[in-house]
Amino acid sequence: MSAREDVFRNIRRSLGVTGAETIRRQIVSERIERAPRGVVPARGQVSGDALTALFRRQAEAALATVAEVGSAPEVPQAIAEFLRNHNLPAAIRMGADERLTRMPWDRTGLAVSRGASEGADTNAVSHAFAGVAESGTLVLVSGPDNPTTLNFLPDNHIVVLQAKDLAGAYESVWSRIRAAYGKGTMPRSVNWITGPSRSGDIEQTMLLGAHGPRRLHILLVRESPERSGAGT
Amino acid sequence: MSVHSNSPFFKENAKRALGDAQLQRALGNIKHGFIDKRQKAIDKLPEFEALRDSAKEIKDHTLKHLDLYLERFENAVTAAGGHVHFARNAEEARDVCLAICRAAGAQTVTKGKTMIAEEIELNAHLEAHGVTPVETDLGEYIIQLRNEMPSHIIAPAVHLNATQVEQDFRRVHTHLSGQRDLAEPVQLLTEARGVLRDRFLAADVGITGANFLVAETGTSIIVTNEGNGDLTQILPRTYVVLATIEKLVPTLEDASQILRVLARSATGQDMSVYTTFTTGPRRAGDPDGPENYHVVILDNGRTAMLNTSFQEMLRCIKCGSCMNHCPIYHAVGGHAYGWVYPGPMGAVLTPSLIGIDKAGHLPNASTFCGRCESVCPVKIPLPKLMRHWREREFERHLTPATVRSGLKLWGFFARRPGLYRAATRAAMGALSLAGRERGRFRWLPFTGGWTRHRDFPAPQGETFQQRWARERGRRRAA
Repeated sequence: MSAREDVFRNIRRSLGVTGAETIRRQIVSERIERAPRGVVPARGQVSGDALTALFRRQAEAALATVAEVGSAPEVPQAIAEFLRNHNLPAAIRMGADERLTRMPWDRTGLAVSRGASEGADTNAVSHAFAGVAESGTLVLVSGPDNPTTLNFLPDNHIVVLQAKDLAGAYESVWSRIRAAYGKGTMPRSVNWITGPSRSGDIEQTMLLGAHGPRRLHILLVRESPERSGAGT
Repeated sequence: MSVHSNSPFFKENAKRALGDAQLQRALGNIKHGFIDKRQKAIDKLPEFEALRDSAKEIKDHTLKHLDLYLERFENAVTAAGGHVHFARNAEEARDVCLAICRAAGAQTVTKGKTMIAEEIELNAHLEAHGVTPVETDLGEYIIQLRNEMPSHIIAPAVHLNATQVEQDFRRVHTHLSGQRDLAEPVQLLTEARGVLRDRFLAADVGITGANFLVAETGTSIIVTNEGNGDLTQILPRTYVVLATIEKLVPTLEDASQILRVLARSATGQDMSVYTTFTTGPRRAGDPDGPENYHVVILDNGRTAMLNTSFQEMLRCIKCGSCMNHCPIYHAVGGHAYGWVYPGPMGAVLTPSLIGIDKAGHLPNASTFCGRCESVCPVKIPLPKLMRHWREREFERHLTPATVRSGLKLWGFFARRPGLYRAATRAAMGALSLAGRERGRFRWLPFTGGWTRHRDFPAPQGETFQQRWARERGRRRAA
């Protein structure tokens, strides 16, 4: 008997079931279909400015830094300033995400390279799929335009997050992912990121910059690109 | 299967640990670290208790339908282009991992922290077959250099001090200048980051554990603060997830419920830094990520726990909160427990996995103060389960003869209340009379274990039951 058959047989023998019971199968199918939300903390159930303020407070509590810009075209300048203020090289790496590539990078003098990181980049820029205010968590998804290596290899990770993509709780983001990818289908990787990399493994002292980025900087874009475009 | 455990020597291990000044200093960090941070995080979340109940319900529900959720998970992983392997025991799991490494032509394997790999002794097996495993979690890396086992399930090197780590780094990182300054912990961290970055980029296979497996989508979830689990997963061409059957949850929502109690219970964070949901290998057009994705699902004694009183232990989400709050763990540390899982959760799980004959001391190493149960995010009744093990140990005549005859003697009196009252009255009277002068005893028959270290206080002359009756009589009269 194969290991697989044996494991299933042992589970069923212990539970006293055959696996063919219609009612059990129905319970499992319904649970997966309905995906009940359970207990969702009241903390995140706010909107508008309160939601933005909560996200900001929670992200900063997790030791990320947050800056706000009025519109997407202001992002490259804000990034250039951030790098200058921290004495970092004026070079970034980013994926092919259109929301980033159509920003006016040429006005900044930043050297922009494209694609996945192989470990030599100091600064990376990503675009978040969503932000979760309850814990100040960024949600990034992988795909042809969004390399996962950019989230982990560079020393400084700068993430652009549109205020309209903020959610109060994780459950709202799962609904959006299902709407974008289809029920039961996931991007290869969904990364929740809450603050910069750290370790407390030496004498329980929390130190930043373990294996991932030493800095996590979030640029919150107040207006959606469409609206800011319409205004000019 | 032979298991390398020294759990049978718990008493000797504990005695040595109590006399180890270095260890005692390191253990002192736990009380003010983990406990305070957890309490602060929980105070800020009014729904924490409701979330504990929710997490417990999710785990109970999943275990009751485990065969069906496992089927759904397997199908979803396969649909996403991954491979699922099953292993009945440690030997089979080791063989599957080695076969995957060989198929990948692997020379080095990076590893994220996984207790399952410790349980199946994977590193030794890989090394014996020419594959070099590299631990990448900072704590795991340090103990790998020292050839030790983790002493805590989320803080593997919590038993060490910075000066010990410095000595190990100087001993092993011989390519670096002997004159370098490593006085500050941050310098140790930076050195490990540099050394391990090269190993990450060179590895052929990455192996991590999983905090959860999601049946709905075939997703594996890892939670880290360092980011080492992610570099282990995305850089090599082949990625292996090593998980046991009870890691399943039905949906992404269910995982999110439990994630809300996991980090708060473990480190006092609202959420760990990196929570990563992975589904299958690299997709068409993806610029990075592993080309091969494998999940190894291990039983190793767990199916036998289903539908027994020990099924409750399978709810465990490995947060470490029970050991962080355990007075025994605080006193002796994790290594004294002699196997992979220390503290109260280990005292229940270890006998299930390696046998009560080998691990009988562990469920006895408890004061039954109940703190572990009170902080457990999935409400496992750890003291009750330890008591079950003590009963089984007694039934199987594994308890030492002196303890058995002592318990029998006590049982004889306990079943005869009149005799019990008379005997205790006589004993208390006699002891009180004998100890009247000094109020304490330096020595008494059968109490050497106590009086060797401290005096035994003399009774006041009245038994508890006498006093109870008196107080109650007084209250009734009033």
